[in-house]
Amino acid sequence: MSNSIDLKKGLDIPIKGTAALKTTKKILPDVVAVKPDDFKGFLPRVLVKEGDRVLAGSPVFSDKTNPDILVCSPVSGTVQEVVRGEKRKLLAVLVKADEKQESVDLGAHDVEGLKASEVSDLILKSGLWPSIIQRPYGIIADPALRPKAIFVSAFDTAPLAPDTDFVLGSRIMDIQAGVKALSKLTDGGVHLSLDRATEASTPFHKIEGAAIHTFSGKHPAGNVGVQISHISPICKGETVWTVSPLLLAAIGRMLSTGKVDLSRKVAVTGPVAIEPAYVDAFPGMPMRAIADFCDNSKGYVRFVSGNVLCGKNVGPDGYLGWFDNQVTLLHEGTEREILGWAKIFRPKVFSSSMAFFSWLCPKKKYDMDTNLHGGKRVFVLSDQAYAKVLPMDIFPLYLIKACLAGNIDDMEKYGIYEVLPEDLALCEYADPSKNDIQAIIENGIDLMLKEMA
Amino acid sequence: MADNNNTNKPGLFERGGKFGWLHSTVDAFDTFLRVPATVTSRGSHVRDGLDIKRVMIIAVIAAIPAALFGMWNVGYQYDLANPAVSWGLLQRFWFGFLKVLPLFLVSYIVGLGIEFAFAQMRNEEVNEGYLVSGFFIPLIVPVDIPLWMLALAVAFAVIFGKEVFGGTGMNFLNPALLARAFLFFSYPSKMSGSEVWIANQMKIGTLADGVTGATPLSFTADCKQGIDALTSNFSFFDMFAGTVPGSVGETSVIAILLGAVILVWTGIASWKVMVSSVLGALCVGSLANVLGATAVPAYFHLVMGGFAFGTVFMATDPVTSAQTETGKWIYGFLIGALCVVVRLFNPGYAEGMMLAILLMNTFAPLVDWCVTSAAVSRRAKKVKLA
Repeated sequence: MSNSIDLKKGLDIPIKGTAALKTTKKILPDVVAVKPDDFKGFLPRVLVKEGDRVLAGSPVFSDKTNPDILVCSPVSGTVQEVVRGEKRKLLAVLVKADEKQESVDLGAHDVEGLKASEVSDLILKSGLWPSIIQRPYGIIADPALRPKAIFVSAFDTAPLAPDTDFVLGSRIMDIQAGVKALSKLTDGGVHLSLDRATEASTPFHKIEGAAIHTFSGKHPAGNVGVQISHISPICKGETVWTVSPLLLAAIGRMLSTGKVDLSRKVAVTGPVAIEPAYVDAFPGMPMRAIADFCDNSKGYVRFVSGNVLCGKNVGPDGYLGWFDNQVTLLHEGTEREILGWAKIFRPKVFSSSMAFFSWLCPKKKYDMDTNLHGGKRVFVLSDQAYAKVLPMDIFPLYLIKACLAGNIDDMEKYGIYEVLPEDLALCEYADPSKNDIQAIIENGIDLMLKEMA
Repeated sequence: MADNNNTNKPGLFERGGKFGWLHSTVDAFDTFLRVPATVTSRGSHVRDGLDIKRVMIIAVIAAIPAALFGMWNVGYQYDLANPAVSWGLLQRFWFGFLKVLPLFLVSYIVGLGIEFAFAQMRNEEVNEGYLVSGFFIPLIVPVDIPLWMLALAVAFAVIFGKEVFGGTGMNFLNPALLARAFLFFSYPSKMSGSEVWIANQMKIGTLADGVTGATPLSFTADCKQGIDALTSNFSFFDMFAGTVPGSVGETSVIAILLGAVILVWTGIASWKVMVSSVLGALCVGSLANVLGATAVPAYFHLVMGGFAFGTVFMATDPVTSAQTETGKWIYGFLIGALCVVVRLFNPGYAEGMMLAILLMNTFAPLVDWCVTSAAVSRRAKKVKLA
């Protein structure tokens, strides 16, 4: 097991709109949405009705298959609406937030003294349990299992990603408490991955009770899935848990103070964001609240909750996802470039391939939009075109084709247990055939869940 | 077509419109002129500028030096062989251009016609793959090939080499080589021997002194006198530069190397396949020298016949070559090796490159299967130890 890992493959997409390291606004949203779709494999049962009063940390949903798993409200307020879609599918619970925020009180604890069962009971009760993700498949962790290990990536390499040190530097004590508590839930310990470049300066290197690994390389070096595959690959039958540092801080604070506090710094980023910066906000915050960042002079703007590679297009009336602390604003690229594919120089479009001349200006940042830059085709290029942006020891094209074919044996063979769609997001970005690779992997994972259950 | 998106009525050429049955064709021309307005719907919200059209056009651009040289060489060979003419550079090129242009026209009209028809039938977008195959096919046939034969071969290659499997990306044999193989086995008298490589050779009557009309390769089939006859007719540099008879685009290694540089630099073709194919040919060639099977030096094989063109443009076709990196080394090496084996030990088929590549196309999936299985089990062992 190596502690210092260099990743050669990958790609940092040069997109404009990095958030400046300052907080320009504090948003106490009027309405906050709690969305069951944020959690993979969650079958929601609503525990509240319109008009009910909730506190930050009061349960809103429970899981139909395991009623112990609760999802809490991130703010205190009154339930305004239970939103349902087609076939009465539960879309969201809208909570009208109070001016003054209150939290449930689960009692302050000394994390050192807690037993494993007490830790998991508290996390379950607080409604923060769904923040822990279980691999394979990226579903909510099963509280009855004892995972092989728990992995946390303390840096984010995704395009325009928030600076983890800036966002969480002040909450290092919460993270320390979270690490101590979670290490009781596994025999393999908590593994914390740091960025080699900031290894010495980051407050995360002071964390005790975790195995520290450092990674260097381009995106997806910060993806926890990629890190796991280099630290201790997931084999058939094994499970590991992952948790984002953001939610680890929330868990740590809840355990040590008894209060549920999901407030977070959210990076508002993207090429059409005016003066991109951070805002203080909550998960479930409406996109309306950041409409003043949005420059729609060029046309329709896409609001993405998360980063450009694997975020969700929520629209201007949507809400920030549970796991996200980034919003990306993108111009909808419906303009049609004349003979774009045949041009020798195409200064406004970036390509990671040498078939264009983007390599002439390696420092340039691009005003990227959502245009597909081509038509959908079947896969033409060979595995290497995809493997060059995926620093994992798998054959991505073979895995993708196995998922397309629904061939369980091949999916196992080519590493479905180790990946989530986000890990192959760059393959999708670089694919000249413009296939929706993340959706293909997602379908493959759904098939595995159905067949292996 | 985005222009009509705001109206509820389908546009003239949209599905459901009056000429909806022409949708694929119109869409092909429309997206040819302007990048489609399609935006990402799922997954990554921004996408790379590279698309399949760009990939294909790069392959075509890479073959242009070979095509231009080939046109000149057609004129040059005619000039050499015909005692009655004595031309300058432009006259030679113009003569060759007029001889080769019909080959391109036939190849594109027949091939693209079938592509469009199939896309229309399947209600799909037209694939760009044939832009490349259609450009390669005229370069790998003798200049005097009757056009109807070429049309037949193209039709066979596109329908049975590609469309029956689902179109570009689904085929397992290189369509351009399949067209050549079709001609080779159906009309051998037009594809080999010493009468087909110079334009209008049959009409010239008596050739000029010292011109046989034969390609360098046809000498090597005879293992004893081969090398003497070969070197007395062509020097190594003649063959390297390409001033020898042969298929239109295959003769000049210099022009082909230019293309190789473009393909490798842009990453469209794999340098591993090219290098390993050269290694394979040198290995078997030297072995044959050592064992006394032939007097032709191993490095001669690299500049004779279709070896260079096949290695750079045909073997590297990403769809039909091996998909894995290790697989590419094995696949390329075996192509080079098999090519020389066929050349040396089967005098009936002077040109081994076409057969070697087609054979390895067939075995590429097996090579890949072995490579991926080995990698998976190696990894499983490593994980167990950790």
